[in-house]
Amino acid sequence: MYRIRFHGRGGQGMKTASRILGSAFFLQGYEVQDAPRYGAERRGAPIFAYVRAARQAIQERGIILEPDLVIVADDSLVPMPAAGVLQGIMPRTVLLIHSGETPETWRHRLNIAGPLLTLPAEAAAGDGQRFAGAALAGAAARLVGVITSSALERAVQLELAGLGREIVSANLDQALAAYERMAPEAGRVSEGEVFAAAACRRPDWVELPLDEADAAAAAIHAGATSVEVRTGLWRTLRPVIDYPRCNRCWWVCSEFCPDSAIRVNAGQYPEIDYDHCKGCLICVAQCPAHAISAVPEAQA
Amino acid sequence: MTRTLITGNAAAAWGARLAGAEYVPAFPITPQTEIIETLAGWIDAGEMDCRLVTLESEHSMITAAGAAASTGVRVFSATSSQGLLYAMEMIYAVPGYRAPFVLVNVSRGVQTPVTLEPDHNDVLAARDSGFLQLHCATCQEVLDSILIAYRLAEDHRVRLPALVNLDGFYLSFTREPVEIPDPAAAGRFLPPYDPESTRFHAGEPVSQGVAVLGGAYYSYFRYQQHLAAQRALAVYDEVAAEFAQQFGRRYDAVEAYRSEDAEIVFFMIGSFSTKAKDAVDRLREAGQAVGLVRPRLLRPFPAEALRRALEGKKGVAVIDQNLSMGMGGVLHGELAAALYGRAGMPPVLASFIGGLGGRDIAAEEFCEMAAVTRRACTEGSTPPPRLLYTADELRQMRKLQTVAHAERMEGKTT
Ligand code: SF4
Ligand code: SF4
Repeated sequence: MYRIRFHGRGGQGMKTASRILGSAFFLQGYEVQDAPRYGAERRGAPIFAYVRAARQAIQERGIILEPDLVIVADDSLVPMPAAGVLQGIMPRTVLLIHSGETPETWRHRLNIAGPLLTLPAEAAAGDGQRFAGAALAGAAARLVGVITSSALERAVQLELAGLGREIVSANLDQALAAYERMAPEAGRVSEGEVFAAAACRRPDWVELPLDEADAAAAAIHAGATSVEVRTGLWRTLRPVIDYPRCNRCWWVCSEFCPDSAIRVNAGQYPEIDYDHCKGCLICVAQCPAHAISAVPEAQA
Repeated sequence: MTRTLITGNAAAAWGARLAGAEYVPAFPITPQTEIIETLAGWIDAGEMDCRLVTLESEHSMITAAGAAASTGVRVFSATSSQGLLYAMEMIYAVPGYRAPFVLVNVSRGVQTPVTLEPDHNDVLAARDSGFLQLHCATCQEVLDSILIAYRLAEDHRVRLPALVNLDGFYLSFTREPVEIPDPAAAGRFLPPYDPESTRFHAGEPVSQGVAVLGGAYYSYFRYQQHLAAQRALAVYDEVAAEFAQQFGRRYDAVEAYRSEDAEIVFFMIGSFSTKAKDAVDRLREAGQAVGLVRPRLLRPFPAEALRRALEGKKGVAVIDQNLSMGMGGVLHGELAAALYGRAGMPPVLASFIGGLGGRDIAAEEFCEMAAVTRRACTEGSTPPPRLLYTADELRQMRKLQTVAHAERMEGKTT
């Protein structure tokens, strides 16, 4: 069975990528299971999606703990422990990072001996990211080595149907280009084993002790703890105020910010709290003086 | 046979569409919302002739569903977790209308603490309501069960609402290959609703939900719901047989997987039962006679079929993805009641509680549950119930508690 995990941020098309790959496997005659995993987060938050593909019916369920292939759409997630990108990586796991840096740099940085590849990210953010999902699905299709380009093509068309011909063909170009680029690595990813009962480790079960109710209640004993959650990490684009252009209107930006991430300082200028600004860019759209612009995080 | 990759939520929407649902009272809740969105999209595009109304709460939604079903239209609705609980007054009320409809529940753990991921405490809270309950393990089963549920609920020998359950995330957001029956075939299996005498019109006033004072009168009506639910067992077998004949997919009230010659069997419901099947296959490869017995139908409880499936087994590992505080696993108690005092029934029923709030039940845990049950058989004594939790999970929890404790103390001194 192939077990493949895609990591990215909400909005980068990881669900679509997993579905393109899932459909491509399915068109190729495989049994397939694919699913995105997200919680209460939104755009920009780390999410992942997974694909299982096998010749026989798939009974396994849930998160993939021993992946054959891990794909990372946003290289800023790699060092983020909460994103769990490196979870369960085995010596034979292929790691594919969508990044402007070289495989050598990443191998050195992560101290990983196993196979590590990169798919160069197009001109960061902007358009490159828009097609990251399709490109990475295309790369994955080639890395497993059992999916033809025509199955990939049909899968892209199937999954993106309804988005209009232009978008479909732009995504298709990206998917096929990545498929071509990975040709030297075709078949690099191999199928993982089904587990053998004989080799099963015994689970490390414990007798759960009864704790004091005080400690065992799901309560938070402090005010304003949400401040501790740095939702600013979800941001891919950063709003930047051009102060000479800001005319301190009536702080429309601050008024509209859904995360209350813009305060007005003593000089009556707006100030963005980048620890909590999620990068929705509503302020950019609302500022009557056009004093706020969006800058990709990688360049900020 | 063409199969399509769709999610459990899409399969539920297809079930409603192929059933020709005419009225859908709705209220969104994660992880159910996609069902309502899908139906709304089809209705909007003119692909489905149906009226969808968003209500102000699940309580109103179930009230509307019961009332609409009383007028003789085919009604579909869906909810989850706290939504189902919020509707609970009406969940208990509408079966007494004796007006059939189908409600999908996408299982999600209930608060506190709040979570999004599944276990079965939500749907089991509706266990004693009078709703029939069908539990699904795959996306295909979700679609098919909805068609079967309408036939069952609408049968004049039954006439009770039915609940079809699927697990959030593991089915709701997960795509699997599903054969979507063609509308004509679905229509042959489930023709348009014939409401017979259930035709609540303005011109023919009827009062639903009335009061009776006096225990004997009250008992009569409650007993009738119970008898109708029990009658649904035989009707289910008929309907499932007809479904199998027409579509080639069998949905016995109790699924028995490699259990015929098994000594030890897993007993559970829901999507994790496919993981149990996987474990069964692996344990069989290792030479162990292990099987799985899974009730699809939980209300009515298929006690007789379960006794047949479990007769002569040495031990049962009952896996409950629910927890009745101060008692234990709900299915464990239910199964014990069905087997107690009968000849030839397994002497050991080991209880395992796990998979709460979407916690995984790992392959090695299935192996260990089989091993514990086998040991209990040899020793001839039932082990105490096991709350599945690993040392590592407890370590992680302790780490967070230490942080929380430090913060709390800090708050006290400043
Ligand atoms: S909306 Fe624009 S002009 Fe007004 S305070 Fe904000 S940045 Fe300045
Ligand atoms: S982008 Fe602007 S409006 Fe959005 S969260 Fe950041 S500061 Fe607030």
